[in-house]
Amino acid sequence: MNPTAFSEQMRRAWAVAKKDIRIYYFKGPVLIFGIFMPVFLFLAFLMGSRQLPLAFLVSGLVGMALFFTATAVSPAIFPWEGQAKTLERLASCPITVEAIIFGDMIASTLFGIGITLITVLIGLGLGLSLLHAITLLGGIVLAACCFSAIGMLLAVPPTNVPSNIMMLSSLIKFPLVFISGIFIPLQQMPPWGLALAVCSPLTYFTDIVRYSFTGASYFPIPGDIAALGVFTALFTAGTMYLHKRTMPKRM
Amino acid sequence: MPDAIDVTNLTKIFGTTIAVDHISFSVREGEIFGFLGPNGAGKTTTTRMLTGVIPPNEGTARVLGYDIRKSPVLAKQGFGVVPETSNAYTDLTAWQNLMLMGELYGLPRSRSVDRASELLRALGLLERKDQKVQAYSKGMKQRLILVMALLHEPSLLFLDEPTSGLDVQSTQMILALLRDLNLQGTTIFLTTHNMEEANRLCHRVGIIRAGKIAAIDAPEKLKTALDRVHTIEVSYDREVPGDALSRLEGVTSANRTGDKWQITTENRDTVIRSLVDFGRQHGAAIVTLNTIAPSLDDAFLRLTQEEAL
Repeated sequence: MNPTAFSEQMRRAWAVAKKDIRIYYFKGPVLIFGIFMPVFLFLAFLMGSRQLPLAFLVSGLVGMALFFTATAVSPAIFPWEGQAKTLERLASCPITVEAIIFGDMIASTLFGIGITLITVLIGLGLGLSLLHAITLLGGIVLAACCFSAIGMLLAVPPTNVPSNIMMLSSLIKFPLVFISGIFIPLQQMPPWGLALAVCSPLTYFTDIVRYSFTGASYFPIPGDIAALGVFTALFTAGTMYLHKRTMPKRM
Repeated sequence: MPDAIDVTNLTKIFGTTIAVDHISFSVREGEIFGFLGPNGAGKTTTTRMLTGVIPPNEGTARVLGYDIRKSPVLAKQGFGVVPETSNAYTDLTAWQNLMLMGELYGLPRSRSVDRASELLRALGLLERKDQKVQAYSKGMKQRLILVMALLHEPSLLFLDEPTSGLDVQSTQMILALLRDLNLQGTTIFLTTHNMEEANRLCHRVGIIRAGKIAAIDAPEKLKTALDRVHTIEVSYDREVPGDALSRLEGVTSANRTGDKWQITTENRDTVIRSLVDFGRQHGAAIVTLNTIAPSLDDAFLRLTQEEAL
């Protein structure tokens, strides 16, 4: 066995992911937060924006659910583990920093996908028809990877105080939701709003979800997928590079 | 014998503080090496650098033949770490922690199960393996992290104050296991405050003071090398002339304390022989003869306080 081999490091990343799911994700409050938060935001806009079609709002709900769940826990894992000294345990094990981060990303990706599929079922339960299931599934998987990389990026500041990271996380996450065409259709946005929207990966995912439910999208779907792919690659490379630099400062 | 650890000019700076200052030493394969020093001397920082947890600012450390900075994964695959504070996942059971370790070290599941059962039994934790670690006592947690460190059968074990604050039962259990492991060939790097523990366990000890190595040697040599002037206590079954005693070969001074004579010398062997001959010449039998060696505590205090003095 060569511990430095890619396949071996991937196996170890999977061990980290299983540990994360067991410790951080299979917790009542996390599951409830993951579902309730987007549902309540959705209900608030459903009641306040009666002129918007249900398909538009459900697409927003699916987008928010994936974004909030894939970024809900991952930013706090490193601070928690730094505080409990378990990060030091991981750091002394034969696993690379990249594999640890990849393991954390796998966990948040799977959690995001799981919760998001529930919101898709809610949409179907409300009478919407799914026109492009494969596109939606591909979009969910790609966006889940992208958002979990964002979640890990939010954990880069080397603090072991989870509340600091959660505050930073909320400061970045909530504005992103409002500029990503979830509550205001991209067609109705002013030019400056649109300029902001194209900078958010959530915009492209929401566009894919809308296409899957209504058959119409603002951007061409290959463009949405390419944009999500580029964001995922950039955020993943960025988070791995930055964590490698900041990890020793947590010890 | 090859070196399990080879450190050259290792340095760590935190801000403006030099925590570890260009230290160099080596630990031979199969030895128990004690790393001693007062609080804040740089022991834990050194251990963290050697285990790849933090990078050094300068210098190199080769662990099991691998540069810890260039090939950290290969080096880490061969050693186990027992930190001062338990760092097992408290939300997992002992068994889940061990299976996680097995996966992180790339062990086949069946091997992890066998080793975990064997080690948990040896350290008296098997019956509570399915209990979450948060319900464990400090001693149980410490024993568990030792099991976690030994699961992959490392050839080198780093221990940072492994018995600090533990009950006698846990301490004895851990020390006995360390002795057995060493007899089976495991190299042990032990950071401790406990001089008695170091004295009994270690083949060699290194003393670090203010980030610098103050001395490295076998505990006995370290103790005797520090005090060139040794003290010998002798008592005879009858009165002997004190002035004749002080004129014996090798005797620096002879002072009476109660029914004993306290002799100071730079050559213990010559003086002991002279004292035996002296008793014979004066028809006095020796009742007690003690060489009073400095303890490792004395050596430690001398070495770590030298700078302050």
